[in-house]
Amino acid sequence: MSEREISIDRPRSLKRFFFQWEWLLVLIFVAVNIINSGLSPYYLNFGSLIGSTNSFLDMAFLVLPMTFVIILGNIDISVASTVALSAVIMAVGFNAGLPMPLAMLLCLVVSTLCGLFNGFLMVKFKELSAVIVTLSTMIIYRGIAYVILEDQAAGHFPPWFSFLAWGSIGPVPFILIVFAVCALAFGLLLHKTSFGRKVFAMGNNLTAARYSGIKTDSVIIAVSALTGLMAGFTALFLTSRMGSTRPNVALGYELSVIAMVVLGGVSTAGGAGRIGGPILAIFIIGYLNYGLGLVNIKANVLLIIIGSLLILSVLVLNLRFGGHRRPAPPIARMIAAGKAPDEKA
Amino acid sequence: MSADTKTPTTRGRIVRSGEGFRELGLLVFIAILAAAFQIRNHNFLTIANIKDLLTNTAILGILAVGMMLVLITGGIDLSIGATIALAGMTSALTGMALPHINPLLSILEGMAVGLAVGSVIGLLVARFKVLPIIATLGIMNIVRGVTYIESKGAWVSSYQMSKAFTDISTGTTFGVNNLVVIAVFIFIVFWYFVNHTKTGRRIYAIGSNPEAADISGIPRRKLLWLVYAIMGVLSGLAGVLWVSKFASAQGDTALGYELNVIAACVLGGVSISGGAGKVSGLLLGTILLGILNNALPLINVSPFWQQFIQGIVILAAVLTNVAVKRNNQRLALRKRAI
Repeated sequence: MSEREISIDRPRSLKRFFFQWEWLLVLIFVAVNIINSGLSPYYLNFGSLIGSTNSFLDMAFLVLPMTFVIILGNIDISVASTVALSAVIMAVGFNAGLPMPLAMLLCLVVSTLCGLFNGFLMVKFKELSAVIVTLSTMIIYRGIAYVILEDQAAGHFPPWFSFLAWGSIGPVPFILIVFAVCALAFGLLLHKTSFGRKVFAMGNNLTAARYSGIKTDSVIIAVSALTGLMAGFTALFLTSRMGSTRPNVALGYELSVIAMVVLGGVSTAGGAGRIGGPILAIFIIGYLNYGLGLVNIKANVLLIIIGSLLILSVLVLNLRFGGHRRPAPPIARMIAAGKAPDEKA
Repeated sequence: MSADTKTPTTRGRIVRSGEGFRELGLLVFIAILAAAFQIRNHNFLTIANIKDLLTNTAILGILAVGMMLVLITGGIDLSIGATIALAGMTSALTGMALPHINPLLSILEGMAVGLAVGSVIGLLVARFKVLPIIATLGIMNIVRGVTYIESKGAWVSSYQMSKAFTDISTGTTFGVNNLVVIAVFIFIVFWYFVNHTKTGRRIYAIGSNPEAADISGIPRRKLLWLVYAIMGVLSGLAGVLWVSKFASAQGDTALGYELNVIAACVLGGVSISGGAGKVSGLLLGTILLGILNNALPLINVSPFWQQFIQGIVILAAVLTNVAVKRNNQRLALRKRAI
């Protein structure tokens, strides 16, 4: 094996370029749009296609950091509760006399603190899996939201607040612009910075990453805080869209978000994935929802479709990456996942 | 460092006694809690209320047993709330169409539905190596959707159910509510199963060290499938009992109930990372959660505090568990010091 060389550059080949998960997603995306336009004559119209994005993009802000979390090999099921808690505190703060901009800031601060607390628990109690940490904080955060607001709704926000979700600049909804900026920022962070490389390294092999000098604790805390911050964004846009908030908002969001990330081709074993896949998945599921709504198909069918897509995508990914074999050592997994090239001839 | 629990050194005598200490601690905690509640409200420790408490906790207990098996293998099952709804709805619809059906057949029907769901999950996890959390998440969505479609969004209410059907959960055997009888029966069967049968011991083996289990020739895939199938059957059973108890089957029956069940397991000392968990601890964990659910309204705690208090108790239990384990390891190290 002495002639073996490992280089960082992935060999560029046309076959490799087209044999990517993202192309399958693009195909599904096109298929969804064709089916939708066949179902309803009102569907295929540029204005409504762009305009309808505000009906599903609030959840999309959670997909970005969740991609980081899953690449790390963790999972975060407390995000929806964080959304509820920060939205409730914003509403209560505003109704207690806080000016709206300050209340919005408070929302972001609270959600970031929720994320930081998750990260703190994970770092201080490494024996605990991320599932159990976020499971308990999920119950606690939503519990606090219920303690604060009981079964009431809070709202009466100033009229300009609804601009967040309903306003648009030209034909483009404001939320789409904000999302595009966030997506770009997260994409750059994941794929073009050393922070992103650290996330991949930790997802592939946490111990090796720690021994190579990565401050794994700070990375986990940073990712948790980012997750919290984006949950705050979701809270802002969701509250703006609904006009008021209740402790039970965003119930079940965490599941849809995880489904989108996994459908986007991010490996649940950690260490592999790209930001583009989950973003495509957001639009696939969003437009599917929108189109089925136009022809009055119930949300139940959508539940079945999302569930099936989730399982099918994992099945296909597993088959492609050799899920049948015994778990391979990380380097072999990297090669199989196309992260590192095979031996050079 | 969940791997620590899997190394042979921590299987020593000290940690064993630590685990016993853990259950004793839980028992003491329950006793203190019960005493405190009794002081606040003298109706807490009455026969009627304890009967109530046990009846309301029985379904949780049935499900917790199945979830413990799943957790011991290192998996998790988020689909059980949906399975409960589907099994309950199916048996209720059948009962509506055939009012004179034997209640035992209704129960069997629910269990069959659960078995079908559990088998599919087991197949995905064991054969296709889908991560349990993902597989059960997907199946949860599908099963919940099927429930809504099957019921066409409508409810089955009490007047559409036969007396024999609602009697499953409200009737008594030897003066004890049927639910409690079933739960106790299941606890005894599974206590024997995990402690005294080869298959039961092997489930611990595949959870604490999958590679070693493979090498020792344990049929890991079959056991994984079995565990999810058992969980499915128990959820199906619980679904029928649930619908019969509340005399109402809805599309969103037991929405999010899986978290309560996982919480009961965690409180009972079942490790989420697999390989550890005892039926005795599970029983205490279930009772603790049942007491919290039952007693908080009795001492005039607003129901809106309930979720928060539950969450804090779960987090405290998990963190205490870690602290005890760390302490044990430190003691073990100190004993070995020269």
